[in-house]
Amino acid sequence: MSTDLKEPIGAEVPRDRAKRLLAGRGRFVDDISLPRMVHMAFLRSPYPHARIRGIDTSAAADMPGVVRVVTAADLADVVSTWRPLHNRFPTMAAPEQGVLATDTARFQGEAVAAVLAATRAQAEDACEAIVIDWQALAQVGDVATALTPGAPRIHEEMSSNLAFEAEVVAGDAEAALANADHVVERTFRFHRHTGVSLETRGILAEYDPTERRLTVYQSHQTPHQQQDLYARLLGLPEHKVRVICPDVGGAFGVKHHLYPDELAACAAAVLLGRPVKFIADRVESFMTDVHCRDHEVHARMGFAADGQIVGLAIEDRFNAGAYGQHPRSSVAEGNQITRLTGAPYRLENYAAKLKMAFLNRGILGHIRAVGHPIAAAVSEALIELGAKELGRDALDLRRQNYLRDSDFPLTSAGGVAFERLSFTQCLDKALSLADVGAFRQEQAALRAKGIHRGIGFNTFVELTAIGPEYYGEGGQHISAQETCLLRMEASGQVRIHIGTTDQGQGIDTGIQQVVAGVLGIPLDDIEVISGDSALSPMGGGSWGSRGAALGGEVAMRAARTLRLNLLSMAGFLLQKSADDLDLVDGIVVDRQHGTAHMSTADLAKIGHFRPYTLPSDLPSDLTVTARYASRDRMFIAGNGIQVAIVEVDTGTGLVRPLRHLVVHDCGRVLNPLLVREQIRGGVVQGLGSALYEEFRYAENGALLNASFADYLVPMAAEMPDIEVAHVTTPTETSELGAKGAGEAGLAGAVGAILNAVNDAISPTGAFLTEVPLTPPRILEAINRVAQIE
Amino acid sequence: MKAPDFRYLKPKTLPECLSLLAEHGDLAQVLAGGQSLMPLLNLRLAAPAVLIDINGLSELSGIREADGSITIGALERHEEIAQSAIVRQRLPLLADAAPHIAHIAIRARGTIGGSVALADPAAEWPACCLALGAEIELASTRGRRRVAAADYFQGLYTTARQADELVAAIHFPPAAPNAVHAFREISRRRGDFAIAGLALAALRTGETLHNVRLAFFGVSDRPILASNAMAALEGRPLGASMIEAACKALGAELSPPEDPAYPAAYKRQVATTLLARILGDLQAELLDA
Amino acid sequence: MLDDNNTRIALTVNGETVTANVPARLNLADFFRHDLGLTGTHVGCEHGVCGACTVLVDGKLARSCLMLAVQSDGARVETIEGADASGRITKLQQAFHRRNALQCGFCTPAMLLTVGELLRVNPKPSRDEVRDWISGNLCRCTGYQAIVDAVMEVSA
Repeated sequence: MSTDLKEPIGAEVPRDRAKRLLAGRGRFVDDISLPRMVHMAFLRSPYPHARIRGIDTSAAADMPGVVRVVTAADLADVVSTWRPLHNRFPTMAAPEQGVLATDTARFQGEAVAAVLAATRAQAEDACEAIVIDWQALAQVGDVATALTPGAPRIHEEMSSNLAFEAEVVAGDAEAALANADHVVERTFRFHRHTGVSLETRGILAEYDPTERRLTVYQSHQTPHQQQDLYARLLGLPEHKVRVICPDVGGAFGVKHHLYPDELAACAAAVLLGRPVKFIADRVESFMTDVHCRDHEVHARMGFAADGQIVGLAIEDRFNAGAYGQHPRSSVAEGNQITRLTGAPYRLENYAAKLKMAFLNRGILGHIRAVGHPIAAAVSEALIELGAKELGRDALDLRRQNYLRDSDFPLTSAGGVAFERLSFTQCLDKALSLADVGAFRQEQAALRAKGIHRGIGFNTFVELTAIGPEYYGEGGQHISAQETCLLRMEASGQVRIHIGTTDQGQGIDTGIQQVVAGVLGIPLDDIEVISGDSALSPMGGGSWGSRGAALGGEVAMRAARTLRLNLLSMAGFLLQKSADDLDLVDGIVVDRQHGTAHMSTADLAKIGHFRPYTLPSDLPSDLTVTARYASRDRMFIAGNGIQVAIVEVDTGTGLVRPLRHLVVHDCGRVLNPLLVREQIRGGVVQGLGSALYEEFRYAENGALLNASFADYLVPMAAEMPDIEVAHVTTPTETSELGAKGAGEAGLAGAVGAILNAVNDAISPTGAFLTEVPLTPPRILEAINRVAQIE
Repeated sequence: MKAPDFRYLKPKTLPECLSLLAEHGDLAQVLAGGQSLMPLLNLRLAAPAVLIDINGLSELSGIREADGSITIGALERHEEIAQSAIVRQRLPLLADAAPHIAHIAIRARGTIGGSVALADPAAEWPACCLALGAEIELASTRGRRRVAAADYFQGLYTTARQADELVAAIHFPPAAPNAVHAFREISRRRGDFAIAGLALAALRTGETLHNVRLAFFGVSDRPILASNAMAALEGRPLGASMIEAACKALGAELSPPEDPAYPAAYKRQVATTLLARILGDLQAELLDA
Repeated sequence: MLDDNNTRIALTVNGETVTANVPARLNLADFFRHDLGLTGTHVGCEHGVCGACTVLVDGKLARSCLMLAVQSDGARVETIEGADASGRITKLQQAFHRRNALQCGFCTPAMLLTVGELLRVNPKPSRDEVRDWISGNLCRCTGYQAIVDAVMEVSA
């Protein structure tokens, strides 16, 4: 550990920004209004697939308050269409999409026309008055149907609905499975859900035609990405496009994509020369926010008689929805599954096949823990099945097969380069906290009374802080490097301008801590300015658990430069070697004896107002920048294990989570309070995936539960307390040694609950493989076994 | 989504309100607590031309006992009913049911009259009305009438109320000294509408139950009495074989509608579980007492 | 804008008298946010389920998306801005801050008003009682535990 990484790095520091949020003084997009602002509402397709034979907007145009009604044709001169290409997947189909549908609507909720009016209510009134001549088309709602020859095609420009297929191969999985002493095989189904930020998507776009200046306030994770997209798609000079992300009410991956309706609001602002506000309502959110999961994974795992895993083969069938998601494309979830399944284990023979189809459904994107929960749940359910087959204890079987310290670094069978992961240490720690023996005794005693409790373990790998190769080679303008600008004011107080953003995770606070620790100044003397594409240096925003690992590292590097400058100034002024000085609590002190010499503020004043007192070649800049991109491998990987204890009511199928434990390794922990809360929040989202969250569709493809009354999310009464413990294996990729922590909770919770439920109902002989584990699915599985017997 | 436009009328007296209802009929919606109507408006699933806000009508408030019945005014909020001393002593089934209704902010505002007027098949109050043999008092410019709960709830969001009528009050027979009751529901999350629920009311003599009424909710297009299961329990000491017989009868007589989230077979099984559990607990209670 | 479907209302908001001319269909949450500039009240669903718009109307918790502005005529209402200024929730705010019982902060104003009301009617709740009381307030970030911890800390 470097000597300048001192407190408050690693301390439980609460967040500055929380104070204004607690006072009701947060500033979210819909809290902002501008003069002459108009509200935008969209007429959306009620059909999952339909031809648009005509649009009559004349009645709508005459409605009270209406400023303008627009269709695709009206915006065609203002904004371009796009194709979500990704050069790492050159065979992936990327059909064209625009802000509004032209001749065909391909999913329910696709925007077809829009009204700009004085109030949102008036805009909605007028939307109801737009007359569309629809011709319903056959809709395709599942991958099997979509890939059947002769199936209705979703994109006429394509010869089939197959969007992408790929294989990941190591060794010879088929031969290994054929020769295995035991093979377990199941098909797993993970249903479609979404991220559900409490604040819906929203945008306020202001355009000044005299300067060709577009200023956008948006609830978003990636302001620079949006700046680039808006500039290119609207044909505006990039330096005149500014995207400001104020307080963002939750994002979870929902808000780092391009959305046609949001771009349409920008286009309308350009068209009208007036500010345009669009705030998605909850129904629009459910229909049009990117969705996630919706995978069917067929998996086979082979074991030697001694328990060694000899081969693993999976086939993942999923879909992109109706279009590819822009600009990141929709491949990643399947790609992660094919790369991460079986990842914790020594595995020489591996084969993963992936097929992605287009469907008449909402677009799938990157929601928190992309692919991770599925890869882990499949792997760990197979281990449990294997243990049963072998008559082995499943924890022993894991231990036997885990990658060990001596195996690292390695490139996994799935093709991911791992630096060092700590599976055995995490399991040991989990077992020290969860008394499995006592649980098994209690479980047996309760079963005699008809109470069914179960324990589930789930080992997971967490890919964080992706490097620039993925999108760089892919051809997307998505920054995976990070830049930090530090400016020390004359008071000695510091502003940090950084490209990461903070939606409540506490990234700003972690960065503040790093700079405070390196510069030896109080936290209160530091402010982080993020989320503004004009004020923040180019960076990637926040997604994929990159904030602490990349933002923390680049802030540390910038702070070290500033520190060196301050010490060299002090060294000159005090006529001492800079090496003999240190910065502590805003004071320049003697490194050995701690004697105070002068304040950092004194140095700042000299630097700003009396620079002539310093030699011109002395490093004395008080505004410094640093840039960082991880270089050694694609991801900075972390890992962990989750343990869930649940009770299953076999009379109703209801599952009650009783206890939940997470042991996690994210390297150096910058702020244990914030990491713990990140993980708890992620676990509860994972419990949502495992137990509740699922879009349901009617036979005709209509979405049945686009409201909070019918789409269930975890609420307080049903959720357990969650214990969090750490194993610390710092990454050596960076000097700070921090790995990301945002995916872990969700990545591990789903499989832990799946295994716990299956353990609870094991006396019935049922074994569930369909998530979420709804009460009807649980009872049906138990009933099915009972009928067979 | 924002509510569609409507005319807002707030009558100051009940007669004025009834005149407005007579005048506007089907084009009007009555706004009581608004906890169901406002979501429908905000989702544009309801588009009344006129909204008649009855919150100013003090005649519709209050919980009173008179003439051998307990009258709960239509505007009584769920939480007021839960906290009412009369209800706790004389209608304990309602006191047990109230905490199951949604969440505190909803209970503080939503009304029993609104719940009975809407007649959601998964709602608690309609089932309690049915279990206790309550009468719904309907008022219009044509006069007042009382309709027995069993006749009032007629189908999915469908009741005996005519377009010009207002639910004015609900009249409950108070619990007899030898009354027993039970209330239980199965829901995914606290405060959700029930997947299946049961309000039970009966009289007891020792361990024998009489006048058994099992009002199930969430399992049909309206709250329903499980007559065959009731008959299986009637006039016999409550024991394991009775419970089994009642559950069997219930399984045979229930035919829940198919629901995309909860298949009919599932609902039937859950309702049966519910009955077995509620009767098991009741049996223990009867033995204890 | 004059509209024959507008109604004049007078109410007390956070202790101040407010008069306004409101369209019939305007809900109370939008009235607070866009007419009065009280943007601490948040709108998360407009169907009364997420709880983010919860305020106090005549001393009782209410979903402001499920009330019309015109219905607040004559009422005494309190939003997060008023509760914050009054100092009566300071201990809760501090405990939420210390324990990081909020992340994005969107649910937070309503959550504070809701648990403030709990502590008024039940000063010593159990953890289960806290969870039950906030079971109608969606928080998507924290997983709820820190919120429960913060309330327990203040109640102790």
